[in-house]
Amino acid sequence: MSARIGVITFPGTLDDVDAARAVRYAGAEAVSLWHRDTDLQAVDAVVVPGGFSYGDYLRAGAIAARSPVMGPVVEAARAGLPVLGICNGFQILCEAGLLPGALVRNSGLRFICREIRLRVEADTAWTAGFEVGSAITVPLKSGEGRYVADEATLDRLEGDGRVVFRYAEPAPNGALRDIAGVCSTDGRVVGLMPHPEHAIDPLTGPGADGLGLFTSVLTRLTAAA
Amino acid sequence: MPRVIVDVLPKAEILDPQGQAVARAMGRLGVSGVADVRQGKHFVLDVDDSVDDAELERIAETLLANPVMEEWVVRRERNSQP
Repeated sequence: MSARIGVITFPGTLDDVDAARAVRYAGAEAVSLWHRDTDLQAVDAVVVPGGFSYGDYLRAGAIAARSPVMGPVVEAARAGLPVLGICNGFQILCEAGLLPGALVRNSGLRFICREIRLRVEADTAWTAGFEVGSAITVPLKSGEGRYVADEATLDRLEGDGRVVFRYAEPAPNGALRDIAGVCSTDGRVVGLMPHPEHAIDPLTGPGADGLGLFTSVLTRLTAAA
Repeated sequence: MPRVIVDVLPKAEILDPQGQAVARAMGRLGVSGVADVRQGKHFVLDVDDSVDDAELERIAETLLANPVMEEWVVRRERNSQP
């Protein structure tokens, strides 16, 4: 039986279809979860996709982080369920308290939409298939992608090896220490601003580098089974 | 019904590019003497007498503001003390 990975849809989510497609490309079954669901249908992992949940009202991800489905997601994540937050999903995981820091307006005030190279810097549930130090190319498309946290938090993240992805160039959005993605202490909850789900097939994206995140978690799930 | 104001601003140490853009626009209007602008949010809450200061602080800290990047001030409007 193949692994089942939940993909959450909030009002205003845009990238749930591509996230579900990436899950299927990786060889898992994609299970649609709705923002009002309180039952995660016993999925083996969850992807919180990008978009503009609740129209970015209040703060990007703020309302979604307090929606019904996130209660069980937070609880399950604290118990070890692998969760991947992409773009708005990363913002939601930060707002929900699963990941440290916050995402704020790009320093140049412009929405950025282009391909970008990232360095993979940590071995996590979602990056186990990559060599630490390798580079991947995926799209970045966000207006509020500048990662911020206080200095002590940034030092701790770097010291504990919890910076998962770093821009391989000076962060175009002004992210502190060029951080593109971070993880939880157990390495099972990962959030990043760029979009691996848009880079799973050279026909529709810059390449297939992004597929590695989805195959990584499957490998972990299969090994644990 | 008592009225409560919650003002939320980006922390001073957090870069506020929107505030900076507003400050630059002032210069283009010929305004001088404004050293800095920070842009935030202003919430107006009409609350029951049952909502105490601790509850208001909880609302501000857990929802209206994100303590990672924002600071906030809660104040009851004059003449609305319970």
